[in-house]
Amino acid sequence: MVDTVAGSGMPALFGARGYPPALEWIARRAEAFVIPLAALIVGMALFSLFILAVGKSPILLYETMWRGGFGSWFSVQNSLSRAAPLLLAALCVALPARLGLVVIGGEGAIVLGGVGAAAIGVALSGAPSFIVILAMGVAGMAAGGIWIGAVGALRHYRAVNETISSLLLAYIAIALMNQLVEGPLRDPASLNKPSTQPLADIYRIGNIPGMDVHWGLVVGVLACIISWVLIEKTRWGFAARIAGGNVRAAQVQGLAVGPLIVGFTALAGGFAGLAGMLEVAAVQGSANASLAAGYGYTGILVAFLARHNPLAIIPVAILLGGIDASGGLIQRRMDLPDATVLVLQGMIFIIILLSETFYGRFKAFNPDLWKRPDLVRGTA
Amino acid sequence: MDATEIGLWGVPLAILGGAIRVSTPFIFVSLGEAITERSGRINLGLEGTLVFGAMTAYAVAVMTGSPWLGLLAAAFAGLCFGLFHGWICKFPRVNDIAIGIALMLFGSGLAFFFGKPFIKPKAPNLPAIPFGGWSDTPQVQAALDVNVLFLIGAVLSVILWWAFRNTRAGLIVRVVGDSSDAARAMGLNPDTVRLLATGVGGALAGIGGAYLSLYYPGSWTERISSGQGLMAVALVIFARWNPLGCFAAALLFGGAGALGPALQSVGVTQGYYLFYAAPYILTLIIMIATSSPTRSLAGAPGELSITK
Repeated sequence: MVDTVAGSGMPALFGARGYPPALEWIARRAEAFVIPLAALIVGMALFSLFILAVGKSPILLYETMWRGGFGSWFSVQNSLSRAAPLLLAALCVALPARLGLVVIGGEGAIVLGGVGAAAIGVALSGAPSFIVILAMGVAGMAAGGIWIGAVGALRHYRAVNETISSLLLAYIAIALMNQLVEGPLRDPASLNKPSTQPLADIYRIGNIPGMDVHWGLVVGVLACIISWVLIEKTRWGFAARIAGGNVRAAQVQGLAVGPLIVGFTALAGGFAGLAGMLEVAAVQGSANASLAAGYGYTGILVAFLARHNPLAIIPVAILLGGIDASGGLIQRRMDLPDATVLVLQGMIFIIILLSETFYGRFKAFNPDLWKRPDLVRGTA
Repeated sequence: MDATEIGLWGVPLAILGGAIRVSTPFIFVSLGEAITERSGRINLGLEGTLVFGAMTAYAVAVMTGSPWLGLLAAAFAGLCFGLFHGWICKFPRVNDIAIGIALMLFGSGLAFFFGKPFIKPKAPNLPAIPFGGWSDTPQVQAALDVNVLFLIGAVLSVILWWAFRNTRAGLIVRVVGDSSDAARAMGLNPDTVRLLATGVGGALAGIGGAYLSLYYPGSWTERISSGQGLMAVALVIFARWNPLGCFAAALLFGGAGALGPALQSVGVTQGYYLFYAAPYILTLIIMIATSSPTRSLAGAPGELSITK
């Protein structure tokens, strides 16, 4: 498909000048598809070797993975349900990344968003359901937004490294949740698994009609689209991209880098908090330790795989949701540990990062070089 | 025999004992990270190395019956992870922080994958030296039961401090960390030096992991590390890349980590989870207090991406 068009054989057919504009258009964009796709395939191939080395069949593994993730309507719905929080968790990494920040503590925002939403939901019980659900969404976004916004503020105003501070804050958030859920917010009826009081059924978010997938998927997809428009089509997004390229240059241009960083990180945290709210309102029905299920960490991988492009996050999150969903089946059918999926994710992650080194190296993706052989050398 | 026998004195005593016990993995990971960062790279993947080291040490100790072989295996596994990080980061435009995050996930994933059969069996522990033998009070004896690795870590931090100042190898690492160009002008290959520095750092982190599974808490579980590998990175910044500072900071962190259990032992159970979070809060406060947007950190290696 795309990669055959962009392959090195094609330009030669057309001679030195006069390539069809469509071909150039495709070639320029193909790089962003071909390199991550190739990296994904290489990562999966390496994982096959790993599976062979532990004495199992990689073919059976990928077949099981397909069956568990996308093989039936039931498994597709399961994958889509898992993709919903991943979409929002990935935005928590991708939005700051466009400003040049590596924020990896989305898990903390998810957890606090869930606790905040549950607290509001219980406190407002008796009010009309749409008000309560709206308030829960706002509370979740606010809790997550403050948490990650603080990371951005510390980064800009105190030069505190955002990667480390966000992860420390994630540990603190989980401790805070345990304290709240076992203390002031605890439902006395929850014995084995301390939880907040369960939400009344009318305050829970239901499924998309005709599917066994909750509305969180739609919210996540909308959030990705909004983020894409924000980054690509608004002046704030433009300013953010400049600041992400070079902070000094942005400051010289008179851009308010501080508010930009705090705003973007707060929005990113808000999305992650919303993921926590959805987990509470659509899945768990109350806030408890299940909120720290690792979506924040898988979200990091999703964002990097999508190269921090909010639209690309949508298919990648569904793919990773499918891989996640197949974990149980792999464990049962192949007698492999549940961490098998983690190993695959780690391998893909490393190869994807390594593939960064190949951007701009292939002549096929750069039509300027087709016409100017003299430029081929010395373009790093 | 219970804690009330020596009253509230039990709290500082338990914190002291806890600081010695809890700090050991911090000492090794932070010394390893200090070597890596002095060479101009940052390895966030030490968290994964720590977990994988813990699993390797435990598995080898179970299979061979020798905790020391386990320790050696963990150091070797850590070396491999470190060398892998060092090798992959030499490619242009590969971000060392992002690779660290990936290795964190990958190391933990591999450790959980291979560690599954070793959750049940019991491995022999690393030995401790009872410095508290002179006392009849069990709390004092418990607090002064010092593991050999703690002593090795203390000696190692002095040796590294001396070596950075006075040896050729120490100078080479510092030059490469401060300026790749200067290093190249001296005929050094920065990539090779960083490769070795990251490898040694990984090996030390592996030893830190071995301590976790073979002494304290002393068993292999999937929750064995609670971010020690990551806190160590912050700790190195706080210690200004000075090995002696790393040792002191590790003790401080260990003490903070021991606060919750110590208070619990005298009956204070309120806010247990918040005390549990004390090391993270302390790390964050220290990072906020010591960072500044207007000046670069004193003693920071010039090539380090985290301070640029």
